Amino acid sequence: MKQTEYNVAIDIKNVSKSFKIPLEASNGIKQKLVNVIKGRKGYRIFTPLSNIDFNINKGDFFGIVGRNGSGKSTLLKMIAGVYAPNKGRIIVDGLLIPFIELGVGFNPELTGRENVFLNGALLGFSRKEIHTMYNDIVDFAELHDFMEERLKNYSSGMQVRLAFSIAIQAKGDILILDEVLAVGDEAFQKKCYSYFDQLKREKKTVVLVTHDMGTVERFCNKAMFLEKGSVKLIGKPHKVAAAYSRSNDESYDSSLDNQKMENRDNFEVEIFDNNGKSAKRFNHMDTMTVKLKWKHENVKNIGVAIFLDNGEYVFGPNTFQDKYNLESKNQATYQVKLNLNEGEYFIKAALMGDSDNDVIEFIEEGPHFNITKDYDFTKWGGVTKLDHEWR
Amino acid sequence: MKISNIFSRKNRILLRELVVTDFKLRYQGSILGYAWSLLKPLFLFAIMYVVFGYLIRLGSIEHYSVYLLLGIVLWNFFSEATNQGMSSIISRGDLLRKINFPKYIIVLSATISALVNLLLNLVVVAVFMIVNGVVLRWSALMFPLFIIEIYIVGLGLAFLLSTLNVKYRDTSHIWEIIMQAAFYATPIIYPMSVILDRSEVVAKILIINPVAQAIQGARYSLVTKDTITVQSLFSNGWYVLIPICITFFVFVIGVFYFKHNSRYFAENI
Repeated sequence: MKQTEYNVAIDIKNVSKSFKIPLEASNGIKQKLVNVIKGRKGYRIFTPLSNIDFNINKGDFFGIVGRNGSGKSTLLKMIAGVYAPNKGRIIVDGLLIPFIELGVGFNPELTGRENVFLNGALLGFSRKEIHTMYNDIVDFAELHDFMEERLKNYSSGMQVRLAFSIAIQAKGDILILDEVLAVGDEAFQKKCYSYFDQLKREKKTVVLVTHDMGTVERFCNKAMFLEKGSVKLIGKPHKVAAAYSRSNDESYDSSLDNQKMENRDNFEVEIFDNNGKSAKRFNHMDTMTVKLKWKHENVKNIGVAIFLDNGEYVFGPNTFQDKYNLESKNQATYQVKLNLNEGEYFIKAALMGDSDNDVIEFIEEGPHFNITKDYDFTKWGGVTKLDHEWR
Repeated sequence: MKISNIFSRKNRILLRELVVTDFKLRYQGSILGYAWSLLKPLFLFAIMYVVFGYLIRLGSIEHYSVYLLLGIVLWNFFSEATNQGMSSIISRGDLLRKINFPKYIIVLSATISALVNLLLNLVVVAVFMIVNGVVLRWSALMFPLFIIEIYIVGLGLAFLLSTLNVKYRDTSHIWEIIMQAAFYATPIIYPMSVILDRSEVVAKILIINPVAQAIQGARYSLVTKDTITVQSLFSNGWYVLIPICITFFVFVIGVFYFKHNSRYFAENI
């Protein structure tokens, strides 16, 4: 085994999965006989996933996005061991806790208290262990007065709160989360977010399926875009999120994507330092010059934005907002004082026509640059240092 | 699946919790609650006793009421273990589709629930033994072995039937019919002597059935020496190995068939 393989938490090798879907709604022997006699197969093969191949490293917060029916949940269930792959193999290194759904095994006829013990047992807790964490669970769920009532008398929000409170007690190395955010109200989502933060701090491996690109960009360090059962893109969350958002745009024609890739010299973005030299490293408070050149007609508005390497948006004005009239028809210069913390950043740039929606050309990921550590505000964290004073 | 994993800590916890839940839910909402576990065999016994003790008198056996009750209780245990085991996988489909855990725990928990119920029923049997003045003999020590035998056959069948039931929902109906026939093919409400009077061969065939052998053995060990067992029928103790071999054969077949198919339960339910 290679040295690097020790870092792999989930190794998915060339995995395919297909289901036999019975054509007649019948699980009976009679139908089977009829099919044999008539020489029919009696089922159709449905392949939600084919030839999936990727790794998830230890400590990754891995997002999986894709439209309904793209195979996300099937993949998650295979990682969790619920489904066995037809082809390929999945190796999981570490104790895996699946939350395909919150509150697995919850029984409406049992009281909240009894359900805590049942659900806990499914997560691997003994009665004694649950006794010690019972108060924490009830506190977190804010259900003190309801624990002796039957679950069927709970509102759906209360059930979710209880389920989530038990779930976060689970101590595994790898967590599998399937759209847990989709069920709760805003307060619940906030709790989820702080739980995600905690998981990140603890360097747990997390696999998260979601439709919320904000969540992907905020928490994930890697993401995957599934489309029709195969991997469309694996990479930085912001790229994956952008690709996914674009694919959801009905009017978007993916063939244009390739055209734009080929005609890269229609729109160029370069960055320079104070001395006019092409640069990749800057100090805090240096001035960066961004030069833009294009060959398009009718460009009325230009935007240049700085993003953190993890896809977080920092700042990005456009000429229209700044009431700057484009003098030239094919070039512009943008200067910015880099009041930024140390780290890696990159530029996005767009050429627009008369309205914001009229994007002529868009550079998803332009030049990258680093802010080197010369100014010590890292201990405050954050992205920027704002002007401030104490009185 | 390693043997050592079968009763790992995590699996034991889960098994216990499933059995406890099953029991809690069984009499959920009823006023008498757990008392039904004792009342049901009592009433069944009362009916059987009136019908077969007074209306249709079959044979003359010492302590006939206890003899009858014990047979009914053991048969009910077998019936419950196989029926609940058979439907257990399908009825727990919600769990199977969401988390991965050893599937046999589900079948095990269903059969253990039946076992717990049997133990409660045996309390009723014990009371009737005292009331009827049944004298315990040393052979009573053999009694647990017969329960184990029925349990192993029942568990093996539960594995087999639960797997079949996932594939073919007809299984439960077919099994219902088989159990009806088996009830009368087993010397429960009639003494073995009734069959023996007509045909020795049929009697021998019937007692080869592990459940029949276990019930007769249990009656012999607890209630009365009058009971016809494999030993007394074949006049050779070694013949008892036949039902025991059948027991293990059924168990092994059930376990392998279940294990072979359990990987795909989640998607086939």
